[in-house]
Parts: sequence; C-alpha cells; structure tokens
Amino acid sequence: MAQALMNYLDPGAIVLGLKAATDHDVIRILADRLQALGYVKPSFADAVIAREVMLPTGLPLGGDNNVAVPHTDPEHVLRPGLALATLVEPVSFSNMEDPDEKLQVSVVFLMALNDKDKQIEMLQEIAGTIQSPEIISALIQSESVEDVSRLLR
Amino acid sequence: MTRQKTVLFACGTGIATSTVVAHAVEDAMKERGIRFNSRQCKTTEVAGQIDDVDLVVTTAQLPKDLAKPVITTLAFLTGIGKAEALDKIEALLRD
Repeated sequence: MAQALMNYLDPGAIVLGLKAATDHDVIRILADRLQALGYVKPSFADAVIAREVMLPTGLPLGGDNNVAVPHTDPEHVLRPGLALATLVEPVSFSNMEDPDEKLQVSVVFLMALNDKDKQIEMLQEIAGTIQSPEIISALIQSESVEDVSRLLR
Repeated sequence: MTRQKTVLFACGTGIATSTVVAHAVEDAMKERGIRFNSRQCKTTEVAGQIDDVDLVVTTAQLPKDLAKPVITTLAFLTGIGKAEALDKIEALLRD
C-alpha cells in the first residue's frame, strides 16, 4: 500500500540529497517548491515553521533514520499536495510526542492539507511508507526522482 | 447493552495525524467487536471538549490535568508499539 504515495507527491517538489542546516531551512525549501507549483499560499512556510515550534512533527522510527511530517492549518493551503526531502546530513526535529526530545531526521514529508476527509488516503500512505524500514532506507539512497517514483509508485 | 463510549482523537491541527489514528483505531476495534463514537479536535481544544468523552487518544502533548484517561501514542503513524496501544485502548473501551 505504501507504493501509492507517488500519486500524491509532485515530482517538482522532491528534493534529494538536500544539504540543510536546520529543520526550518528544510521546511522553507520545500514550502517554496509547493508555492511555486501552486499548492500553497505565500503564508504557508512561516505558518508551518511557527507550528513546528509549538507542535513539532518529528516521528521516531526506533533507529537512526527518523522522519518528520511538518504541516499547518488549512487556511494556508490552496490544494492538497506533498513535498519530500531526503537529507545528506540529518537535521534535528523535536519529537511530536515529547517536544523536549530531539530526533535526527533524514526524511521530511511536507504536507499541504486542507480537508481531513480527502487527505486520509495520503496520510495513510505516508504512515504505511514510514512503517517500512526497507522503504525508508531505500528512499534515503535514492538518487533521482525516477528512483523515488519506482519505490513509491 | 452498555452505553457506547466516545473517543476524542487529538493532534496539532485536528485534521492530520488524528485522522490516521482515528481510522486505524476504528478499524482495529471493529475487528475486536467494539464500537465507539469518534470525534477529532486540535490538542488546544481538548480541555473544552472533554466532558462527554471517555478516552482521549493523542499524537501530541496534552495538559496533564485532564480528568479523563489519555493515551499519547505515535504507534499508528510509526507502527512501533501498535499492538500494545490497541490493547490499552481496548481495555479502556471495555471497562
């Protein structure tokens, strides 16, 4: 089931091997892509970053490859979309469950959400994908959008 | 028949991770023969919505002084600890 994530990922919003210093940098780079592609309003990036500070989205996967799923309120979103970054060096995100805990994150899914009923499949696909250590580790190894597309189709 | 219990699913936005968790718990409890009413909200709205709720399942931190049982878990997103979380929810819903 995880393979259908490609239905939601815009190839123009996939950034592989990103070098970023902070979680905020990653969010800004992906948010710019989503904005250029018409998914989100200019207010989106700041809103996601503000929310990340208050309500972090790092998800611990029990190993070195943790994931983050930053997102924000629907009013900053034009249409549902998904961006993906894999990081050369992990950046630190706080744990959703326990904001005091920092997680080293290598894969970031930036979600543009505006309707809970329509997005359930996209969210379930993300959950399904991150529950497979094999897919996450193959995703980190991916060198091209074609690699990602083969993996998540 | 006993009264159907109500579970409040919470997350930061009230539309994102709580949706995944609500569906996962609904499906799993259906398999275990348990029905319940389901609602979703933001973590900041939980305190105001808790009166008729029997259990809160949340992916993000909530205030500590809520008068109802709270399960904070990422198991339905990450898969880690899912069986334990479901057993805990089942026990509280059968209680």
